[in-house]
Amino acid sequence: MAPVATTPAVTIDLSTSSIRQINELLASPDAPQALTITNPRGAHALACGLDAELEVTIDGHVGYYCAGMNQHATVTVNGNAGVGVAENMMSGSVRITGDASQSAGATAHGGLLIIEGNAAARCGISMKGVDIVVGGDIGHMSAFMGQAGRLVVCGNAGEALGDSLYEARIYVRGKVASLGADCVEKSMRGEHLAELKELLDAAGVDADPTEFTRYGSARNLYNFHVDNASAY
Amino acid sequence: MCGIVGLHLREATLYPRLGELLTAMLGEMVDRGPDSAGIAIYGDGIWSPDGHSTVTLLDSPLSATELATALTAELGVAVSGIDKSPTTVLHAPVDYEILTAAARTAAAGARIIGFGSELTVLKGVGDPRELASAIGLPKATGWQGVGHTRMATESAVTATGSHPFSVGPDQCLVHNGSFSNHMSVKHELEREGVVFDSENDTEVGARFVAKQLAEGAGLEKALLALNETFDGFYTLLVSTAESFAVVRDAISCKPAIIAETTDWVAMASEYRALANLPGIGAARIFEPEPEEVYVWHR
Repeated sequence: MAPVATTPAVTIDLSTSSIRQINELLASPDAPQALTITNPRGAHALACGLDAELEVTIDGHVGYYCAGMNQHATVTVNGNAGVGVAENMMSGSVRITGDASQSAGATAHGGLLIIEGNAAARCGISMKGVDIVVGGDIGHMSAFMGQAGRLVVCGNAGEALGDSLYEARIYVRGKVASLGADCVEKSMRGEHLAELKELLDAAGVDADPTEFTRYGSARNLYNFHVDNASAY
Repeated sequence: MCGIVGLHLREATLYPRLGELLTAMLGEMVDRGPDSAGIAIYGDGIWSPDGHSTVTLLDSPLSATELATALTAELGVAVSGIDKSPTTVLHAPVDYEILTAAARTAAAGARIIGFGSELTVLKGVGDPRELASAIGLPKATGWQGVGHTRMATESAVTATGSHPFSVGPDQCLVHNGSFSNHMSVKHELEREGVVFDSENDTEVGARFVAKQLAEGAGLEKALLALNETFDGFYTLLVSTAESFAVVRDAISCKPAIIAETTDWVAMASEYRALANLPGIGAARIFEPEPEEVYVWHR
């Protein structure tokens, strides 16, 4: 039997390479299957726009928009992430072992974003299909205008959770400081317990689905009323 | 968009490195504000010598030497001047109020941008890294420093528009954001006798805090009052001869990150400004919560 081809692990030190060099390498046909980036020191736009089944590990804290627009790749940040981590992700997965700043997973259409620590304000703002699992707390205005996808919060949620929500579903284990306009508590049926367990398992989080509360849209805002269709 | 950096040292063995550390922090925030900058240093033995008051002026019509000579004659004590163009730093063994008043008269048209016994404020136009080098920031020493890199949006690129705003003794306020109700607050303060130097929204915040402190409030109480009074966007770094404080508005869209170790407390707009601080690997790193007031005392 022929030996299985393995790609040697590649490590790039950001203190001696530029962000552009790294991002160009990751976008090229010669991209290594697995890449570890060291010394990110809060650099912006690391591992952005990936479009292949790559495994990227970043050892240290990253700046803004890390893993933005991700497709197919698996990105792990062993540290904290700045504003807009995994914003507009389409597929693949992004894991932050520390905390994430505001607008984590903003407008993301797909994939799985895992934040093991806390996420700041506007987590999952305008989410369009992404699944987000947060091990700790989330800040205010999270999932604002969330259109699709699931947001799971193992800790507490800040003010105005799920304001002007469309079809995204939110599960919170802890307390919610306040619900945003048209966001309401909903019952946990069997299908919700099942999908929550699936999400927790996918994220590798050990939590009991029955301890969570589900929140969603009451569908009472203007755009949910069919009578308003006559305005057009 | 602007960049803020601040460093409050607890460990005295780091005091000789204050300028070097702050220069590196400021350099990382140049992308956020490449057109002008300002810095404030607490406790540099040359810029703010012991037993002397320090007054800093912007755009003095007289050179530092001319101004020092004129003020020495006027006050009858030895006044020294350092040229940090466009800033002039004055020292004299008199109360800061006396030196400030005399400087205001002797250097008509100049703006007083800092006064007190511990504090030196320096501002300029241009790349913040070049400014830091030109004023000798890397060699500055002391126990606390703040810096600001500005991307001018609501007024011209001038040193005058650079932060920090220092309108009370040994006080500094740096602002990222924009107040929205500052004109009404300003009118109220003017009715109570507060005099303003500019049309700048941040000056209103600085005057408000200075007035609270002058009336006996602690820094924490002054900033809670600011939260109650001001609308708009703000991440503020406020420092005094005793304290270092951070507060953000309820929306908190303007970034801020704090790192704390037993040796220091540091705040910046972005983590990359903190990434090279000694011991950052063991620091407690967090984002300040909306409308929470964080204060560290010396």
